[in-house]
Amino acid sequence: MPFGNTHNEMKMKYASEQEYPDLTKHNNHMAKILTPAMYERLRSKQTPSGFTLDDVIQTGIDNPGHPFIMTVGCVAGDEETYEVFKELLDPVIEDRHGGYKPSDKHKTDINAANLKGGDDLDPNYVLSSRVRTGRSVRGFCLPPHCSRGERRAVETLSIEALASLSGDLNGKYYALKNMTDAEQQQLIDDHFLFDKPVSPLLLASGMGRDWPDARGIWHNDNKTFLVWVNEEDHLRVISMQKGGNMKEVFNRFCTGLTKIETLFKERNHAFMWNEHLGYVLTCPSNLGTGLRAGVHVKLPNMSKNAKFEDVLKKLRLQKRGTGGVDTAAVGGVFDISNADRLGFSEVELVQMVVDGVKLLVDMEKRLEKGQSIDEIMPAQK
Amino acid sequence: MAKNCHNDYKMKFSKDEEFPDLSLHNNHMSKVLTKEIYEKLRGKSTPSGFTVDDVIQTGVDNPGHPFIMTVGCVAGDEECYEVFKDLLDPIISDRHGGYKPTDKHHTDLNFENLKGGDDLDPNYVLSSRVRTGRSIKGFTLPPHNSRGERRGIEKLSIEALASLDGEFKGKYYPLSGMTDAEQDLLIADHFLFDKPVSPLLTCAGMARDWPDGRGIWHNDNKTFLVWVNEEDHLRVISMQLGGNMKEVFRRFCVGLQKIEEIFKKHQHGFSWNEHLGYILTCPSNLGTGLRGGVHVKLPKLSTHAKFEEILTRLRLQKRGTGGVDTASVGGVFDISNADRLGSSEVAQVQLVVDGVKLMVEMEKKLEKGDSIDGMIPAQK
Repeated sequence: MPFGNTHNEMKMKYASEQEYPDLTKHNNHMAKILTPAMYERLRSKQTPSGFTLDDVIQTGIDNPGHPFIMTVGCVAGDEETYEVFKELLDPVIEDRHGGYKPSDKHKTDINAANLKGGDDLDPNYVLSSRVRTGRSVRGFCLPPHCSRGERRAVETLSIEALASLSGDLNGKYYALKNMTDAEQQQLIDDHFLFDKPVSPLLLASGMGRDWPDARGIWHNDNKTFLVWVNEEDHLRVISMQKGGNMKEVFNRFCTGLTKIETLFKERNHAFMWNEHLGYVLTCPSNLGTGLRAGVHVKLPNMSKNAKFEDVLKKLRLQKRGTGGVDTAAVGGVFDISNADRLGFSEVELVQMVVDGVKLLVDMEKRLEKGQSIDEIMPAQK
Repeated sequence: MAKNCHNDYKMKFSKDEEFPDLSLHNNHMSKVLTKEIYEKLRGKSTPSGFTVDDVIQTGVDNPGHPFIMTVGCVAGDEECYEVFKDLLDPIISDRHGGYKPTDKHHTDLNFENLKGGDDLDPNYVLSSRVRTGRSIKGFTLPPHNSRGERRGIEKLSIEALASLDGEFKGKYYPLSGMTDAEQDLLIADHFLFDKPVSPLLTCAGMARDWPDGRGIWHNDNKTFLVWVNEEDHLRVISMQLGGNMKEVFRRFCVGLQKIEEIFKKHQHGFSWNEHLGYILTCPSNLGTGLRGGVHVKLPKLSTHAKFEEILTRLRLQKRGTGGVDTASVGGVFDISNADRLGSSEVAQVQLVVDGVKLMVEMEKKLEKGDSIDGMIPAQK
């Protein structure tokens, strides 16, 4: 990483107070946790691959806050980051993941049969359904830190593994650097492709380096199952389709993901996982399941209702604009997804989305008719 | 020596696996960097831990630019120019008109050696400005420095500048303390540096921790300014409205030398050597680091078929009035010296003074409908 952390030992000649960042205008998870004393204790450490505390927090220093979202303000550069810098990351994880403790264990459940219902969300309201997660490939540094050689090796492995999928998952890999601008824009508009890196949240942590080298997208012929290679995580796995059949989306998600994991294991590169943090990903917000299951849903009345935010909170859901994590809603259409990642299984999180969206659509219909929604307000999940 | 363990870790990948894809690139670095040079340099590190990947990252991330031929690499410390000379010497040669590794650079900050320059027509020449950069020995450069180093530079600068007096009496404004309104006004007055949005700078790591440790000092008259911790440790600027470049250059030389004396007294001289002159972050600014220029109205000349050729012969370059990677607005151009290395400060400002005088005369001729064919200059 070129951003000044290749000389951590040299920095030690400055006192901790001289190096401690100015976080007075900041409002992100990192800024709330990192005290000068903690900085002093961690500043001399580094992971085996050379990731330092300053590397972890750079994005949170450069991005004091965000109008729509409470950002995490730190990233991992490798699997060991979560251990070496646990003094900082455990409290960040606890704040972000509803009080998750360093001693807690995370449950993984990717058995789609355990999901109840989810095949009947009203397509007049629910325009599309999507489930995504991330996976890190053990043995390689993560996107903020990896070199071109590492990134390309992740790409090569991915291409090999994905090429052996078949049937409904038969597909093709498109390297970003071979795509025309037109192809690329089409895929972005279809919500298939990841952004060109413009978000300062990503750029400040070094994830945009060498773009578009070794980045690409694989998708099946039906464009219902996609894998992003080397964006914010080594892999992002996405199942999506138009309409409200979340059950089918989740079925495909689980089947495909399990097949891919097997293929990677066969090549001696398991996914990063441990029983405390579940799947290990670049951003601490994605630990656990790394799963975001959501819908694009029309809620023009509900979204203007005074109780909207409260309902979302009670349902453990969050809203985003339809352009992704740090965008605004357009035309009353919202991206509604699970707020949690860690401490709940995949099945549990998708269940919350299915049940919650069903309720939100009922509320929307009531409001359309001028009816009250007070009687169907949910309890806190 | 600081260890760069991630660089060591990368060595397990072959040079082919790590060599950047430069097939779509058009900058000085991409034209020079071969796999062989990359292989030779990739195992090296400066004493502060800067590596070849650090040097070239900005050029890898920014394949090209519509208006300018970018350099595509930066220095992280003074030693870069030595440790990575296999890459940087050819780039310096390409960028600085064939400057050879054995050449010596001549520094001349004696303003009395400038001839004329006090009579550029203010109906055309709206403003005059001379800037340069300086690096402070003992600190790494903006792509690489830590917050502690950056603040150390700021503190030294504040101390040094606080002791100036007379026409140089002034005040320091840290960026962290400025209101958005103050900041926007200073930018509109062409006094302040941009918030870092140019990917040329952000990809090289120069925007880290913004606005910490950054600020602007200026004298009460707002004719002499120092930028602290933007693309270089210091940028020193003399400027005023109108065409009296002689006065601008006098103030520039006098102020700069006063500042240098003060830094030397604090045991932090400026980075300089007899081959590269003043050592700065971008290889394009080596030598004098000097850009002397004017904002000048050339609506007719700028649309003339020979405009570019005239500029080339006069050893001048044009920019938009917003700075290095902007377009011109309303026929007003920023015209400045193209050279930095291999000629002195006086020589470079002389080229601007003489060249702009000629171009204004050409503009006047074109206004009258006359030809300028007889005035086309020889190659300087």
